[in-house]
Amino acid sequence: MELFRLTAHELAELLRRREVSSYEITRAVLTRIAEIEPKVQAYISVTGDEALQMAKEADELLAKGEAPSQLTGIPVAIKDNMCTRGTLTTCASKILGNFVPPYDATTVARLREKKAVFVGKTNMDEFAMGSSTENSGIKPTLNPWDLSRIPGGSSGGSAAAIAADMAIVATGSDTGGSIRQPAAFCGVVGLKPTYGLVSRYGLVAFASSLDQIGPITKDVTDAALLLNELAGHDPMDSTSADVECPDYTKFLGRDLRGVRVGLPKEFFGEGLDPEVEGSVRAAIGELEKLGAEITEVSLPHSPYAVATYYLCATAEASSNLARYDGVKYGLRVDADNIIDMFSRTRSAGFGTEVKRRIMLGTYALSAGYYDAYYLKALKVRTLIKRDFDQAFEKCDVIAGPTTPTPAFRLGEKTANPLEMYLSDIFTISVNLAGICGISVPCGVSQSKLPIGLQLIAPAFEEGRLFRVAYAYEQATEWHRQRAQYVTL
Amino acid sequence: MTQFEPVIGMEVHVELATESKIFCGCSTRFGQEPNTQTCPICLGMPGVLPVVNRKAVEFTIRTALALNCLINERTWFDRKNYYYPDLPKNYQISQNYACLGVNGWIEIPVGDSVKRVRINNVHLEEDAGKLVHTELPGADYSLVDLNRAGTPLIEIVSEPDMASAEEALAYMVTLKNLLEYIEVSDCKMQEGRLRFEVNISLREAGSSKLGTKVEIKNLNSMKTALKCIEYEMKRQSEILASGGRVVQETRLWDEATGETRAMRSKEFAHDYRYFPDPDLVEIHIPPSWQEEVRQNLPELQDAKRRRYIEELGLPEYDARVLTASKKTATYYEKAVAAYHNPKAISNWMMTEVLRELREREMDADELPLKPEGLAAIVRMIDEGKISGKIGKEVFQKALESGEAPEAIVQREGLIQVSDTGEVERWVDEAISENPDMAEKIRAGNEKTIQALVGQVMKKSRGKANPKLVNELIRQKLTN
Ligand SMILES: [Zn+2]
Repeated sequence: MELFRLTAHELAELLRRREVSSYEITRAVLTRIAEIEPKVQAYISVTGDEALQMAKEADELLAKGEAPSQLTGIPVAIKDNMCTRGTLTTCASKILGNFVPPYDATTVARLREKKAVFVGKTNMDEFAMGSSTENSGIKPTLNPWDLSRIPGGSSGGSAAAIAADMAIVATGSDTGGSIRQPAAFCGVVGLKPTYGLVSRYGLVAFASSLDQIGPITKDVTDAALLLNELAGHDPMDSTSADVECPDYTKFLGRDLRGVRVGLPKEFFGEGLDPEVEGSVRAAIGELEKLGAEITEVSLPHSPYAVATYYLCATAEASSNLARYDGVKYGLRVDADNIIDMFSRTRSAGFGTEVKRRIMLGTYALSAGYYDAYYLKALKVRTLIKRDFDQAFEKCDVIAGPTTPTPAFRLGEKTANPLEMYLSDIFTISVNLAGICGISVPCGVSQSKLPIGLQLIAPAFEEGRLFRVAYAYEQATEWHRQRAQYVTL
Repeated sequence: MTQFEPVIGMEVHVELATESKIFCGCSTRFGQEPNTQTCPICLGMPGVLPVVNRKAVEFTIRTALALNCLINERTWFDRKNYYYPDLPKNYQISQNYACLGVNGWIEIPVGDSVKRVRINNVHLEEDAGKLVHTELPGADYSLVDLNRAGTPLIEIVSEPDMASAEEALAYMVTLKNLLEYIEVSDCKMQEGRLRFEVNISLREAGSSKLGTKVEIKNLNSMKTALKCIEYEMKRQSEILASGGRVVQETRLWDEATGETRAMRSKEFAHDYRYFPDPDLVEIHIPPSWQEEVRQNLPELQDAKRRRYIEELGLPEYDARVLTASKKTATYYEKAVAAYHNPKAISNWMMTEVLRELREREMDADELPLKPEGLAAIVRMIDEGKISGKIGKEVFQKALESGEAPEAIVQREGLIQVSDTGEVERWVDEAISENPDMAEKIRAGNEKTIQALVGQVMKKSRGKANPKLVNELIRQKLTN
């Protein structure tokens, strides 16, 4: 049995029955990483020794029948923008140098407490700015389905690691689609929780009002298991919501009777690849068969989402990234005076896309432009939120494509940032509205690339996403296609 | 020649007396080893988040209420973006768009009357760290100490309502007193707890047209602020008198030269790109919270003065002098708590203690003699253990050495002699050495009795119980 191919819930069952140890699972995953990593390049750091040590500790608890969670002993990959105490955290940026945080992100601390096993830190676009992981300051990650293609981004490392069975579950972060888009491109499940559901403490900030950590997994059940551990109020994060978190596995059922699914007409227009549209429409037909009522809705301000996003997100980023100046930690390029030291350090440490966004954001906040750009963007953001409120009066979940096309080729869009930005056109508005969305596999294209179905629900209604996504997944075979197509 | 008058506004920065910093749990203690009062949050490490200290918000509400401000029921923090190595995040969390308190006022004494200075706003922010410029020869670096980074700071911004250096001083003194009274800060200027920025312009006397304003930063005491205002008035009037124009700019006070100089453009940002901090949520201050803070305000100056008159039986004058500074009043109250003789202690405060404070340029809480020590001196006098004269000597000695007054009296054998035998010997000697005085007393001259008592006291080096001396002289020389 190839343990690394199993899901977390399958492995949890084996662990519970004592048929396998965490140590064996971890070793299997580490061996798989050693074999596949040179082809896919999903990891920035692999922490093998630490992982085996954590596995031993998990096994002690499992042996006593005291496993605190279904994820106890399960190998987890962590996106490299989440601080890990004692382990290099780079954000895929040269500017962080050899930064080793003396603290855990809250999400990391929670997984550590539950004795999950950390196998490594995954690659990403630098500071999570990008849609292909080509903006990594370390190296690009390749799509396990087709190594000539990108895995999506910014959580491309996590999605590729899951698609290539180099981890059992992974965490990602999603500011404008950075979990859902790579999940769709890699044929796995990715969920962006409601803003405030998961603590941001220790997540290296890109855009504070949009960033959210979430699970990237092989199936919907695993996503629910991982979200169970990640979600919950954190007094260290002022924007963390003080809400009761249900056990998300309780929503996993096979019946969709009475569920109203809304199709936003704006998500099925120009620019949508016909193959993607075909797969998504077929998936909607499947939902109808499962008992869902299909209805058309409208999100009239969606055409402004990308522009709004690139003002809000870059404005916040320009300020969030100001702290990387060579004074306290990370890279320092010396100079005769402090101003030159700042500018030389930042010139050398940040990549092109990060610089582009810092400049854009600085501009949007500048005197004379603040009202016209930043403030205007905030107003449009309110309108986008209102669109969703109105749509959710008519439906329980919204369904549509996660991305306009399947995964593109390496280098295909690097010369044209605008075209790259448009690959997040369907995911971005969910972040702007602060609500939740999930991407699940719903097809494979002619060129053997996975296609993702996006489901969107109102704030703190992750339960609805799990209900619909799970019913769909169980009724179809798409989540099993990976094994057939990913042959590394 | 044209006469100019100044138009002065002030920004006063006050470090709040909270135990912990504004956005993390670090201590705000002063004078610790560099960078020991820090954590990932106040060091601005990647991914950390601020959580606001509720006490700091409450102190700001308290200040805003005491300054008669309107409270913004919905207030929030904005980021003020600029690069400086003592600012770990390269932005300061401050308030710009919805300051906690706005449109207030404070009354300051001007001559025999009072003048109302308008307060534009009171807002809450975090303090920066400190750059330590090394004195080592050849050193081409500066050091950064972030202990102070994240200490809660309020900024009180006045309107340009002060028309002279004296009014500016009255404003600073009145404000400092108020801040001490409401217990939001200990206002220790030597520790940088209270800092000033001045904006000043000149206009032709009698004109209502405002001149060009100059801002001066980096003023760490009232004295400096005053010197700076006087310097700027002179500098600007010289420019104007010679037909020149004052440049609108930010200037820095240089303590060494006693002058202000223009800051280089790189030393300050022109555009702070304020925007609401997305890491923090709006603060709601409903009327109920404002009322709660109002109810819990410490006793203010007026109430204290009335209490001193009504409960402690002090004369109006004493009560006014003692309550002029909260620290003096606190000293007085501690002394009275240790020994209940309000009027006698008040007399000591009004003379000895206040004189010492003036001479030493100190606040009462810094006096080496603690209030309990003063109480002990008054008690020993009341109990007849020492004379009033010895009491003053002990007071001086205790101030020099910091030793407890009782211990000084013991060690130096200053206890008053009430033993009739010994005192009688001194009296007899004094009578025989001053026969003409004795004669006058026998002739019924009451005044001479005091003079002869003085002679006996001198002989005993102040130790004889003056009451006993008086009695013995009367016994021996009258009737
Ligand atoms: Zn701290």
